Amino acid sequence: MGTVIIDGQKIEIDDDQPLNGIEAAKLAGIDIPHFCWHPGLSVVASCRMCLVETGRTDPKTGEVSMLPKLVPACQTPATDGTVFLTNSDKVKAARAMVEEDLLVRHPIDCPVCDKAGECHLQDYHFLHGQPERRADIKPFHSRRRDVGRSITLFVDRCVMCTRCVRFCREVTQTSELMVVNRGAHEEIDVFPGFPLDNRMSGNVVDLCPVGALGDKDFLYSQRVWFMTRHAHVCSGCSTGCSVFVEENQDRIYRIKPRENPNVNRWWMCDEGRYGWKHVHDRRRLVQPRYRDNQQWVGIEWAEATNRLNAVLRSANNPAVVLSPHMTVEQAYLLATHVRQLHPQAALVLGYIPLRSEDTAFPNGLTIRGEKCPNRRGVQEVANGLGGEITSWDAFLERRLAKEQYDVVWIAGGYKKDWNGALTVEKFSGVDTLIVQELFASPLTDRADWQLPAAASFERSGSFVSESSRLQSFVRALRPPQGVMAEEQFYWQLAGREGLYNGSQLIGEIARAIPYFEAAVDGVPELGVDLRVNQLA
Amino acid sequence: MAEYEPVLLASIGKEDSHRLRVYEATGGYQTLRKMLCESTPNNVTDLVKASGLRGRGGAGFPTGLKWTFLPPNHPGPIYFCLNADESEPATFNNRILMEQDPHQVIEGLILSCFATGAETAYFYIRYEYPLGYDRVQAAVDECYAAGYLGKNIFGTDFSLDLYLHRGAAAYICGEETGLIESLEGKRAWPRIKPPFPAVEGAFRKPTVVNNVETVACVRHICDRGPDWFRTMGVLPDPDNPRDPGSFGPKLYCLSGHVERPGCYEAPLGLTVDELIERFGGGVWKGRRAKAAIPGGISMGLLRHDEFDCPLDFAGPGKYGCLGLGTAAVVVMDETVSMIDFLHNSCQFFAHESCGQCTPCREGTSWALAIIKRIQAGKGRLKDLELLLEIGDGIGIIPGTTICGLSDGAAWPIKNAIRKFRDEFEQYIRETNPGGYARISPAIALQEAEHPS
Repeated sequence: MGTVIIDGQKIEIDDDQPLNGIEAAKLAGIDIPHFCWHPGLSVVASCRMCLVETGRTDPKTGEVSMLPKLVPACQTPATDGTVFLTNSDKVKAARAMVEEDLLVRHPIDCPVCDKAGECHLQDYHFLHGQPERRADIKPFHSRRRDVGRSITLFVDRCVMCTRCVRFCREVTQTSELMVVNRGAHEEIDVFPGFPLDNRMSGNVVDLCPVGALGDKDFLYSQRVWFMTRHAHVCSGCSTGCSVFVEENQDRIYRIKPRENPNVNRWWMCDEGRYGWKHVHDRRRLVQPRYRDNQQWVGIEWAEATNRLNAVLRSANNPAVVLSPHMTVEQAYLLATHVRQLHPQAALVLGYIPLRSEDTAFPNGLTIRGEKCPNRRGVQEVANGLGGEITSWDAFLERRLAKEQYDVVWIAGGYKKDWNGALTVEKFSGVDTLIVQELFASPLTDRADWQLPAAASFERSGSFVSESSRLQSFVRALRPPQGVMAEEQFYWQLAGREGLYNGSQLIGEIARAIPYFEAAVDGVPELGVDLRVNQLA
Repeated sequence: MAEYEPVLLASIGKEDSHRLRVYEATGGYQTLRKMLCESTPNNVTDLVKASGLRGRGGAGFPTGLKWTFLPPNHPGPIYFCLNADESEPATFNNRILMEQDPHQVIEGLILSCFATGAETAYFYIRYEYPLGYDRVQAAVDECYAAGYLGKNIFGTDFSLDLYLHRGAAAYICGEETGLIESLEGKRAWPRIKPPFPAVEGAFRKPTVVNNVETVACVRHICDRGPDWFRTMGVLPDPDNPRDPGSFGPKLYCLSGHVERPGCYEAPLGLTVDELIERFGGGVWKGRRAKAAIPGGISMGLLRHDEFDCPLDFAGPGKYGCLGLGTAAVVVMDETVSMIDFLHNSCQFFAHESCGQCTPCREGTSWALAIIKRIQAGKGRLKDLELLLEIGDGIGIIPGTTICGLSDGAAWPIKNAIRKFRDEFEQYIRETNPGGYARISPAIALQEAEHPS
């Protein structure tokens, strides 16, 4: 243990965890402004915004000797006896100077800049800038050029922090971005013919502390202060990145990574970032309906609940297909309900979309080839309930023909087509096929009951990642009219009273299934590692 | 002062002075042979330390001390970089050595590598010296052929490979870590220190970076001994415990308004007056001097009444300048406008700022814009305060930048305005009588340059 003194506050620090001045000050609740430093990237100490005064305490006499010059806090280690002054007149003057310098050639086009409202340059100007503009230099440009498929660069807004350049070199290791020219003529650019094109390119926009790098997918679509941010979990693959869903009036505008040192650190992949378009697709199924003499008949959810329960009760040999897109709670509710009616009911782990190999990024995250968020969670729920579990392939190829299931309930929630005519053929012997899906597919056309599903951001629940981390979330937006999120529907189907209660339910699951035991006291913001209890 | 016999420049101007046979005829590489065969690396380091040799590149850091910062008993490799990126305006002492006496430099370089344990040396020469490049390359080839470079020099255990590396014309490559980055094939952005190059330098290995003239001095220290070296120069200031003194001969580059510009060798401590009168033949056309740059443009300015300033490592600092720098003196006579001088200086630094640290990148270009406007006759008196504020704000002395080259950008601004304030104020009043005091916001630069 050691002691660091920051503006007179004494902070205890761990010796084996190296901190710099910015991190140590954060522990003291002090925010040191910075542009170029980022915890996930190398230190360059070039923006000079984090300049502070520093010194050392003499361990014997307790006297403090200060360095005569300013130092960047990002580059100065906070070790036992280090003293930082972050609010002296000298520090304030230096910040004002750097802030003024950065605005000398800045176009100051905040009214038309996407970053306005979440821009560090803007915030720091109000906190640390000069009251008057003294740099009377014309003209202001606002040149723009695309550096990649989805990323555009507003050249003159750049403060040359080089975070984006370092990200491409250190995390994706694709090195597309670079600095060209020298001095005040410096610009971020790509080499001709080699645009910014990697699987995590969207992160450079999050990294950009100013409005220089823009996401063309989000550009000019919404002011940041109109959006509400919801903590959620990405459903793109089995990594389960922590994300923020930013929506306004139930419409998603962008997805941003949410820092989680155990899962995705500060990053997320482009596939997940832009993988929300299906949520607002007009072709989504929004009406529960059943087939009556080859005619589709719409039905209210309350009525559907009763009639489907009747179908399940009268079934002789039902099977439930649990989709890896379901939450743990949904799978648990549906599976326990069916098993309660038919203790021998077959549980099938639904189709698992697999694409490509896993890709691991150094100092970053792993993009999994398994393109569903909760295969492990659903599998463990089914395991926990006992009995036989069948894989989707085995179910299709052998069991369907052999076991003569009369009622099959397929929970879907897939973003894309995943079945075809061949799949449908196998269900020819099934009397009642209940399919819950986002989009129409050959299977929903064949179904006797069509139930619209909610997209993952419209659901509340928990996902278990490939690395056995359980993360819980509350829905980020309401499902479209006519759609009831599965957790609420199953809650009613199982005859539970009132509204779905996620925190109560995960406690129930944790007590019922040993695999989930670590979640028994609730799930913290960054999730809980389910392996902890298995080792014990 | 007694007449001084040049040592470093002894062969300059002689026929074929750049050839190995000429160099060998004057005792060349004998010192190297003696040291390699009869002495030890520690002994060479001790000689250099005892001599009090300080780096000739500009900062004046004690060379022997720098060498001892290398980690002891390092398994290697250790690299030696010779800084021949001589880009400081008005400086050409390395150029003369490289073009006319490259073997002297190479012998000093080999001795320095022997002392530091480096078995690979990089000779980083600036792009703008094509003749120097050719001559040094020819000299290196001659050395390999003669066995002064390569494996087991003189049959000893010591081997050295020397690579000549040509820069791409950037002032920043003269900064030692900028040079290392450039050598590694990267953008020459100086590194944050620590770690210092002696611990982690080129290719993340311990590295020494020394100037051309410094290693040339090493050759003569090994030849004539440290006592000879200490007979010249200025003793340490007894009132300043951190002053190690300034010993040895120095190459002074004299240019500007003097009758005989050139590179002259003299013991450290020569005053500006002596340099102009004894070597330069007086101010050009018998005019009066107005100011002089003491050691390259980045060191600031001396007024004519400060010409008694001794040109040693401590001297110019006492007269408000940054330091001795490269000891390149530029004399300006009474016809020179200080506004023009400052404009020229600001233009250079705005062009050469590497652009890594915000205060230097933006400060230098902003200062240039302001001085341009003053020059165009649209200045205001408060612009001078702003220029001084910019000047005082940048550099490693206030701690706002990574490297010391931005101090060099600040000093001409600070010195020119503080030492010639009357001239600036008078110029602004005369050229902008209507609005020198008030107009705010100022007329934008574009309009100032092209009035409609």
